[in-house]
Amino acid sequence: MSHADPVTHSINHLGESTIRGLAGFGKFWLFSAHTMTRVPGELITPSGWRRLLPQCYFIGARSVPVLMLTGMFIGMVLIVQGYEQFDSAGLRDQLGGVVNISLVTELGPVLAGVMLAGRVGGALTAELGTMNVTEQLLALRSMGADPVRYLATPRFLACLLLTPVLTCYADLVGALGGWLIYTGYYGAESQPFWEYTRQMVEMWSLGTGLVKALFFGGAIALVSCYKGFHCRPGAEGVGRACTDGFVISFILILILDFFLNVLMNGLYNAWFGFRSLI
Amino acid sequence: MSSESPIIELRRVCKSFGRQRVLDEVDLSVERGANTVIVGRSGTGKSVLLKHIVGLLRPDRGEVYFEGQRVDQLSERALVPIRQQISFVFQLNALFDSMTVGENVAFPMVENSGRRLKRERIRQMASKCIDIVGLSGFEQKRPAELSGGEKKRVALARAIAMEPPPKVILYDEPTAGLDPQRADVINKLIRHLQRTVHVTGIVVTHDMKSAAEVGDRLLLLHHGRFMADGTPAEVLQSTDPQVHRFVEGIADPADLKAVGVG
Repeated sequence: MSHADPVTHSINHLGESTIRGLAGFGKFWLFSAHTMTRVPGELITPSGWRRLLPQCYFIGARSVPVLMLTGMFIGMVLIVQGYEQFDSAGLRDQLGGVVNISLVTELGPVLAGVMLAGRVGGALTAELGTMNVTEQLLALRSMGADPVRYLATPRFLACLLLTPVLTCYADLVGALGGWLIYTGYYGAESQPFWEYTRQMVEMWSLGTGLVKALFFGGAIALVSCYKGFHCRPGAEGVGRACTDGFVISFILILILDFFLNVLMNGLYNAWFGFRSLI
Repeated sequence: MSSESPIIELRRVCKSFGRQRVLDEVDLSVERGANTVIVGRSGTGKSVLLKHIVGLLRPDRGEVYFEGQRVDQLSERALVPIRQQISFVFQLNALFDSMTVGENVAFPMVENSGRRLKRERIRQMASKCIDIVGLSGFEQKRPAELSGGEKKRVALARAIAMEPPPKVILYDEPTAGLDPQRADVINKLIRHLQRTVHVTGIVVTHDMKSAAEVGDRLLLLHHGRFMADGTPAEVLQSTDPQVHRFVEGIADPADLKAVGVG
């Protein structure tokens, strides 16, 4: 067959893309394993903490306002969406509980994750990508330093530890935002809102949200750092890596959310049995 | 090992990127204590060759030796002791943006000395290296606040900031992007470091003035192989048409034809 044969060309192209995709997938897991195996070493040395704390400030403290704003509006919107429906069905008192359980187990961690993928993930990829194209990663290697331990591990640790904390903030402010609309705008009573929230939102629901946030944080950090470390040269390469990093993080958050929901529901039913909220 | 044995040796090194062969069975022996300059057109693999010496790139075929030890097959961890003896001045300087000048220069000592050097001693040594390149008082500045020439000098200061001092410094286009006066400062600094720190230098450049000034030996890399090797004077006076065109900066007729002005 000649090179011009479109069928052969398509098969070649498909084969090349598959091999490239699989190789990239393998490289990502090797990178992730490399990053995670350096965690204990970073936690037991003063220099490791010196690298970790500035990342905690950037990833954690600097993200609080935007996460609180996100959480507040989610809570407010959910009350606005549900109030009239619940009211017409005579279930107005239960609305607070329903909104808050969906906030704590689902919307809080997912939207906090998406927000962090944009704010933190984008910044991490851009920073590491720029270091890559300006040969700073090579410089670290040439001086006998491990760029993964030096740059990726502290960022991974900070994301892993602080995404659940930030999700707590988003949940809390979301509940307050919902309560504000529930009582302030619709003039409903405050007591049933909190009473049904207390009944419906168990520690398990809170734990489910935080476990999700832990996985989302880890995934965002690993994808963003990997993309930064492996971006193509030039401004276009860094820009492309940032876009890819966000899109992959976003998709991973949704996929992880699904599987973690299945897992956590299965575990709950196995340990405590089915519980109806209706 | 005798002092006459080459400090760095490349044997039949081949390197390709995709279908493009960049290094084609390159042999090179680098003499201890001298400055070896490698010139060649842009994109001929000069920087690639430097990166092989310190293990940043691995050859497809061939062998790389440092002080008689084969290094091209070592793991990243096993390369650390080798890299602690070789400094690399990158073309884009590769200063760490998040650190001050002082922290940048101290970095190799902080990273590699373990607890052997006290923090105060490292700070003093970093200041001394910054003094050597004529940037006293710049310790607290950030790389973004420096001019191109100053960045290059900080990169040179970082290259010599090792305890013990490096045995080899690899310079990748040390004068690229600098005006002639600043380039002259860098050339003189490279010579000064060779004489005062007794360091072996490998300089990659396409600046013939710089090559003649800093080099004890000059090689021309062309199409992945060395096509000229001698003292700077010998290479500059070469009658080989390719070499002559390069050192005089005369365009290749084939290139002129390609752009439609030949």
